[in-house]
Amino acid sequence: MESFFSRFKNALVLIAILLAQTIALATQINRAADPSRPDGPRVRLLRLWAIALISPFERLSNGSGHGIRAAWANYIDLRHVRQQNRDLQKQLDDLRVQRAAFAEDALEGQRLRTLLEFRQNYAAATVAAQIIGSSGSDQSRLLILDKGANQGLKSDMAVITPTGIVGKLRDVFPNTSQLLLISDQTAGAGVILGSTRIHAILHGSPVGRIQITNLTPDSRIKPGETVLTSGGDGVFPRGLPVGVIESIILDPEHQPYTLITVKPALDLNQLDEVLVVTGTAALDAFTLAQEQQDLAADPLAHAADISAGKLPGIHDDKDPAKPADGTDPSIPPPENSTNLTPKPKPALHPDRYSPGSAPPATDLTPGAPKQ
Amino acid sequence: MSSRSYTSRSEFEQYTFNPFVAILVPFTLILLQAYLPHIFPRLMILDLPLIAVIFFAVGRRNPILGALTGASIGLFQDLLTGQPIGINGMAKTIIGYAASSIGLQVDVENITTRILMNFGFSMLQSALLYLIQHYLLAVPGYKILWLHELYRAIFNTLVAIPLFLLLDRTKRRE
Repeated sequence: MESFFSRFKNALVLIAILLAQTIALATQINRAADPSRPDGPRVRLLRLWAIALISPFERLSNGSGHGIRAAWANYIDLRHVRQQNRDLQKQLDDLRVQRAAFAEDALEGQRLRTLLEFRQNYAAATVAAQIIGSSGSDQSRLLILDKGANQGLKSDMAVITPTGIVGKLRDVFPNTSQLLLISDQTAGAGVILGSTRIHAILHGSPVGRIQITNLTPDSRIKPGETVLTSGGDGVFPRGLPVGVIESIILDPEHQPYTLITVKPALDLNQLDEVLVVTGTAALDAFTLAQEQQDLAADPLAHAADISAGKLPGIHDDKDPAKPADGTDPSIPPPENSTNLTPKPKPALHPDRYSPGSAPPATDLTPGAPKQ
Repeated sequence: MSSRSYTSRSEFEQYTFNPFVAILVPFTLILLQAYLPHIFPRLMILDLPLIAVIFFAVGRRNPILGALTGASIGLFQDLLTGQPIGINGMAKTIIGYAASSIGLQVDVENITTRILMNFGFSMLQSALLYLIQHYLLAVPGYKILWLHELYRAIFNTLVAIPLFLLLDRTKRRE
């Protein structure tokens, strides 16, 4: 027996090491049933130690690397900075004007959604984080962020940039965290196609592509269509850009489903800084209070009425006798007047079809005999 | 006159490493592996920890030490990924064991041997990772792109040869 062990010592040690790792793998796979807690406490502790060991060097390298690149970039950029400044100032002025219009539209949209009891989450609070490292393996598309639980980050928080979604937080440690890219094969997100409004589930592939595999062929879905987050996964706020459809083919492995490849809105390999969504809100406090007041005032108000209230009208509903602009509709506006809103002229022989002669719709009873 | 016969290459040329070097070099290579793809994403194809495993396993020429070296480096690499711990550990354990065993049989100082060894072990690792992911873990939809793995093996070999020459300076003859 002794000679057996001494003769096959090397092979036996190899088998023992492999067996131990196989058992460890099996234990982890068994525990990974809960997607929000992919690792057991011991595995998480080991990962924490490994990242704690390596992250100071990564921070240092990242910091010095950024310093060198920033110094060089500053030198290059200074040559054209005056002209760029002028251009940017002009863009800023244009954007301010556009923003005012968009803000008004957004407010109206929020009001209407609330009235329709259609709630959605907006990224209300974000924390900017810098990427200091990666997993170093193309089997696992994972990045290391320089912020962690001490900065308010938690597992499963969405990570975005202004251009589009990036991924979500996997394990969060005190001062670092792991960002699982949307292109990783274990990552996924609920999405909606921009024009067709079809809901789908998007996930990463083993080769780092983003794919949708749960849709059957549909002639309305075409390459170039935008893909947005649907908000249905409980991680990503609704309406964030994901990318555009790059190709649609029949999935050779899962017929009759299609294999839709999505080109991400941003290059996931060239990320420096990201935003972690630490808080989402259905609406901001001011808008919510305003909507509650509106609803309390008229619980039967319809969304279309609220919307119509913001549009220019020909009558002031509060005082039907008084025209909205204080002028008599029977008197035509002067020639140089800027108020050119068309007003109906009073009928010469009023009948039941004349404007203002019909009783309001609320006074009518369906099926009632004619008076 | 007494004569001594060498029964194996392990008795003829067995190297040791300063413990500081034995820890610092793999750690540095793992650190670079984690940091460099962030700056140059194409370097994701590189596997510096694998080069470390091959170098130390071949230099020590002891299969048990080779397997332990591979397991340690592979497990540490796994800790930095989002994958279950043991995938790279198992693959690199086998690589370390095989590299040490080969180191006993052939002249691993020869540059041609080094090229063949690095290329072969890189391809072997790709195959092992595929077997582990596909059959042991049954990862759905897992595929291997052999052309990509071929490029990986070539690129790893190109990096490994000068790195081996550099690391040769850290060897101590027993």
